[in-house]
Order: sequence, then C-alpha cells, then structure tokens
Amino acid sequence: MTRDQAHRLIRSTLRQVAPEVDLDQVSPDETLQEALDLDSIDFLNFVAGLSKATGRDIPERDYPQMSTVEGCIAYLTALSPAD
Amino acid sequence: MGVFTMPSLGADMEAGTLTQWLVKPGDEVHRGDIVAVVDTDKSTIEVEIFESGVITDLVVGEGELLPVGTVLAHVGTSPPATLPPERSPSTVTGQPSVHPPDPAATATGPPVLHSPVVRHLAEHLGVDPAGVVGSGPGGQVTRIDVEHAAELRAKPVQAAAALRVRSSPRARRLAADLGLELAEIPGSGPGGSVIARDIQPDAPRRTPAREGAEPAPQPGRSDRQTNLRQAIASLMTRSKREIPHYYLSTTIDVTPATSWLGHSNLSRAVDERLVLPALLIKATALAVAQVPEMNGFCIDGVFTPSGPVHVGLAVSLRSGGVVAPAIHDADRLTLDQLMSTLRALVGRARAGVMRSSEMSDPTITVTNLGELGVEAVFGVIYPPQVALVGFGQVTERPVARDGMVGARPCLTATLAADHRVSDGHRGGRFLAEINHLLQEPEKL
Repeated sequence: MTRDQAHRLIRSTLRQVAPEVDLDQVSPDETLQEALDLDSIDFLNFVAGLSKATGRDIPERDYPQMSTVEGCIAYLTALSPAD
Repeated sequence: MGVFTMPSLGADMEAGTLTQWLVKPGDEVHRGDIVAVVDTDKSTIEVEIFESGVITDLVVGEGELLPVGTVLAHVGTSPPATLPPERSPSTVTGQPSVHPPDPAATATGPPVLHSPVVRHLAEHLGVDPAGVVGSGPGGQVTRIDVEHAAELRAKPVQAAAALRVRSSPRARRLAADLGLELAEIPGSGPGGSVIARDIQPDAPRRTPAREGAEPAPQPGRSDRQTNLRQAIASLMTRSKREIPHYYLSTTIDVTPATSWLGHSNLSRAVDERLVLPALLIKATALAVAQVPEMNGFCIDGVFTPSGPVHVGLAVSLRSGGVVAPAIHDADRLTLDQLMSTLRALVGRARAGVMRSSEMSDPTITVTNLGELGVEAVFGVIYPPQVALVGFGQVTERPVARDGMVGARPCLTATLAADHRVSDGHRGGRFLAEINHLLQEPEKL
C-alpha cells in the first residue's frame, strides 16, 4: 500500500467512525484519540475498519503504533500484501 | 388486530414528530423491524414494531407532531382484502407482485431478496436495491446495506460540508459545550479557521450567506442542539430539585481486568475484541442483584425496583449534548453480546440516530467519562432512576499490597444515588460489589 492509499483509507475509515470530525485539523503527529475525542469503542471501530479494508488482522499490541495519522500510515504501508 | 402507537422514547418525552413511514398498507412486518422514523426534541429515532403481521392502515401522516400513545397504524394478522386506492403502481415497480405478500407462502420461505422495510428505505434514499450487495443471510440486502450504499453516495457532499468550517478540536468542544454552531462563528485562526478564543457565549454570528455558498444544508441541526440542551437542562434541573443525591467513591485496582482483557484479546480477531467499558457495565449490572435498591424507578417518592437490569450508557455527542440509550438485560448478556451491542449503540449515538428499543427507559445509568481523561465523575441521576455509576480514567497509581508498594492501573468508581431510596451504607456495598466482580473478570 502506498502512502497515498494509506492516507485515503485512514480518512474514509475515520469518517465512518466519527462522521463530523475534520481530519484536516489534525496534525500528522497529534494523538488521534485525544484530537478527535475517540473513546475505546470508537478506536476499536476504527481499527476494525482498517483491518477489514486491508484483510489483515491488527493485533492489540500494535495499537500504540497507530495512535497518530503518521503512525497509521507507517503501519499500513509496512504491511506486506495480503495473501 | 394490533395497534402501533407513538412510543415513549425516554421519561421526559411527551410527543414526537413522525417524519417518515418506512412501510405502507399491505406490507408484512416482523417484530423488531424499523417501520417509522420519529424526531423528538433530542434525537432522530428509528422506531421498531413489537408485533409481527401486516400493516392494514396508516392512521397518521408524515410530519405530524403526536403525543405519546397516539395510534399510528393498525397491524393485522392477514393482508387487507383490498388495497388502498392511493397505492400508486410506481411504488411497486420491480417487485415480483403488486399484491401483498401471501403470509402462507412467506412462511414456507420462498427466496425474498429484501423486506418491504428495506425496499421503502431504498426508495426513500434513492438507492436501487438491485445494485446493493447484500450482507444478510443468503445474500439478502439488509437495511444497513442500503444505508451504507446511500452513505457512500452522499460522502463527497458531506465531506465538502465539513470542510467549509475549519476549526480546532478545542474550539469544537467549547462550541459544543455552549451549544454554538461553528458555522456561525467568524474564525480568527489561520485561514479563517475557528479557534478556541473565538468561542464566546456571546460570539458574533457569521451571516449564513458567504462566498456564494448555498444555504446551510442542515437547517434543523441548530434547533435540535438547542432543543437537546433544553431537554437536558430541564431533566437535570428536575433531578437536582427532586432527588436528594448522595455521593460515594472508591478506587478499584483494574490490574486483573486489564490483564485478563489483554490476554483474552490475543486470540480474538479485531471484530471480537473486548474493551474495558464492557467489563465495567457487566459488573455494574451484576452488582444490582446484591443491592436491588440501585435499580428501578422512584416516582412520586415511591420506589419500584426493576427486575430486569437495563443499563443506560451516557454517550456524549460530538455535536454537543449527551444521550443515554439502554443496553437491555445487561446482566444476562455474555461479554461478547454486550460488546457488539455496545459498539452498535455507540456508533448510532455518534451518528445521531437511535432505535426506539434502546430509548425506552433504562433502570440505572453508567457514565464512562474517564475515557476522556477525568479521574472521577460525580453524576446527576436521570430521573426517575435512582442511581448513576461513574467510572474515571485508568491511571497507574501507587498501591500498597502485602506491605509492598507497587504501581498498578486503577480507576475511581463513583456512585450518585437517591437518598429517598437507599442510604450510604447500601451504596457502599454496591460499589464494593462492583469492585469485587472486577477482581474476577473471567467470571463476568
């Protein structure tokens, strides 16, 4: 997955979890949960959305890597193609 | 013949506006189908029907404001003998038959692609159900599929609308707290964005027409927020006026709960994972069995305990305000069931569209503000309920055990309870029971 694809996927997934937030207002290294008021259930819905779109399980221990937009992009681009 | 009436969607609701019918005479409905959309002061609610049968007639039209209990439709056990004349052929184009479904035939299970409710929803949203991939049993197109298809189509529009008001998260929160509409506030931040210092209770309002933009797409939204704020104000004022609250708090060591969760989630796919709030809600619901005077209603000074435990979950809306939909029989749900209910419920609350069954009165409320960073929340009881349990943020704290001090994840649990119904001693027992249950998470 390219950076662009990852970024688009993050945007579209966040839009489903939190339809009214403006992702343009979140800087790439800002903590998503704080910036967007995501609680643990919102965040789970977000990760579940990414997991579904990529066809990859995202283990809970990887959550800390996904706390920012930049972190999510790095994580998604590093995924090897799904089998 | 049964009747379908305007349901009471919360203790403070007196009337609602029927904004949309999703069925028409002749349609077969099943218990739990969503048949109408009702707007209340506080939110948009999809109303489910509690009886299976066939809609024989719709008594009221769309757009009418109706008191709770008004008969909205009649439900028969068989199709009406004749079709109402206003049923136009265009609404049935593409359906296998213009006649109402034959219940006998349906019972034996011929392939049905989508239910009447789904067809109507699709018509209303302008979605062609034939072009929607079904996720229901046997590839059946469900309501959610249709909504999803409509959402996908609407996305570019929504995104454009969202971009029109640039604002900082803190500004959004402040605006929400004050019930202000961001679009109406002139921004002084970079690129005209609205920042925290622009948000004043008496902030000057931006004129709606600017840059040749079309009129605001959601004229009702500001009204809704004002109404929601008023509804919360009147309910909370009533609570503080009528209910002699007492407050207790206790610190709960959540090491066993969090480590059990972490371990349990290792073997769970993303969609099956559990989060701490599910354990907190389950523990609260189970603790009621030991202290039943926390669960029920106090009306005119008389307490009626409730057998079932319907836990209301206070969910804050990003647009401002809070709703507390119910998780029914939370004490009897497995953690998995509780979890999926919780996810669906929070998702709908965030979207501002609730279901009628979850708006019917909870018997006790849980608030989980801690996830947004506060250590403890001393809540205001939702009348006519008699208790509200608050859970604060999980933080590592020094805990002395067996003569040794260690850092362990803890949270502060609080109870606001009605002194007309219980005393501090019983309240303390209730919190202790919640604590006790959370020490053995595998038994929840």
